[in-house]
Amino acid sequence: MMNKISVSIVGGSGYAGGDLIRLLLFHPNVELKQVTSERFLGKALYKVHPNLRKQTDLKFCAIDELESCDVIFLCLPHGKAMGSIEKFNLLADKIIDLSADFRLNNPAEFKKWYGEDHKFPEKLNEFVYGIPELHREEMKTAKYISSAGCNATTTILGLYPLYKEGLVEPDRTVVEVKVGSSEGGNRSTESSHHPVKDGSVRSYQPTQHRHTAEIIQELSFGKEIKIHFSATALDIVRGILATSHVFLNQELEEKDIWKLYRKYYANEYFIRIVKEKEGNYRYPEPKIVAGTNFCDIGFKKDEESNRLVVISSIDNLMKGAAGQALQAFNIMNGLEEKTGLEFPGLHPY
Amino acid sequence: MAAECPVCGADIEFPEGTVENELIECPDCGTELEVISVDPPKVEEAPSEEEDWGQ
Repeated sequence: MMNKISVSIVGGSGYAGGDLIRLLLFHPNVELKQVTSERFLGKALYKVHPNLRKQTDLKFCAIDELESCDVIFLCLPHGKAMGSIEKFNLLADKIIDLSADFRLNNPAEFKKWYGEDHKFPEKLNEFVYGIPELHREEMKTAKYISSAGCNATTTILGLYPLYKEGLVEPDRTVVEVKVGSSEGGNRSTESSHHPVKDGSVRSYQPTQHRHTAEIIQELSFGKEIKIHFSATALDIVRGILATSHVFLNQELEEKDIWKLYRKYYANEYFIRIVKEKEGNYRYPEPKIVAGTNFCDIGFKKDEESNRLVVISSIDNLMKGAAGQALQAFNIMNGLEEKTGLEFPGLHPY
Repeated sequence: MAAECPVCGADIEFPEGTVENELIECPDCGTELEVISVDPPKVEEAPSEEEDWGQ
């Protein structure tokens, strides 16, 4: 039996951190060693993540108390990881960063979208972009992985086969994501106040969403493309539904689209094609993937035009954060990719 | 030899004992299909009702 891989989490009090703790505690090959939180220093993990009551005796520690381990997961707010990556690298050879700090390969793009110079631009190319279905081979030997943005993951997985094969008009794609409130993190604000938020459908980022940069990076394949991206917050907690409108550059029937998606995803355990003519769940829906690492993808060709509507859905905290990071961890450590990620969700939920 | 799903193009192997007019489901797209011929294997989409929202 192999020795367990020792793992610590930096910044474990957020929602993604909480899901990651939950997953790692039950991972058969992992010893969860330390979890940091400056805000909840010294408190038991379950005080912040009540679902973990009686599941662990761990308490939040300070970053300065971190000991060396095999792998560190960084769940820090955006902008914090890039300034201290060297410090964490002294403690662990392998790092998986869940923030946006190392997602973009190009420092100029980082400055354009995040409004500041990258603090460690020479490190950007050492990080593998974190969607396993696109970068599995690089992950097998990677020391650094940067988990993809949740909205970007939903969009990229939905559109990847079409862009990879060059089947769409490159500048006309329109993506609308509908997202749950947990995307906004666990700090309350005036806009999250119950009387304000309850029942709302909020267009929180009609243009210029930062995840657009990642989507373009991963779907361009050396060509110039445009992605017209909007995000709307719904009155749900978990989940993302991306509705992507692409315009095909050649005549394709729905059966051809089926074959295309089968070519790329038939062997991908975490990707399911969902497109049925009857029943309550004919297309992907966030509540069906809640708590899981699945990405469900469906599509419908407009018979009156060359528009193809691609519908994709994930749990933003799982396939969009903790689950994706654990899948990458498994690959990077030579483990069975599904380990710790088998939960199929709840129905009804 | 397998039948081809008329909706998604998946190969469909008939279980042993399959007979004509039997209803089966495509393993990929879940469409309900009617077995038109066992040898050679052929299927066609079974009739179904679609929902129509927004009236």
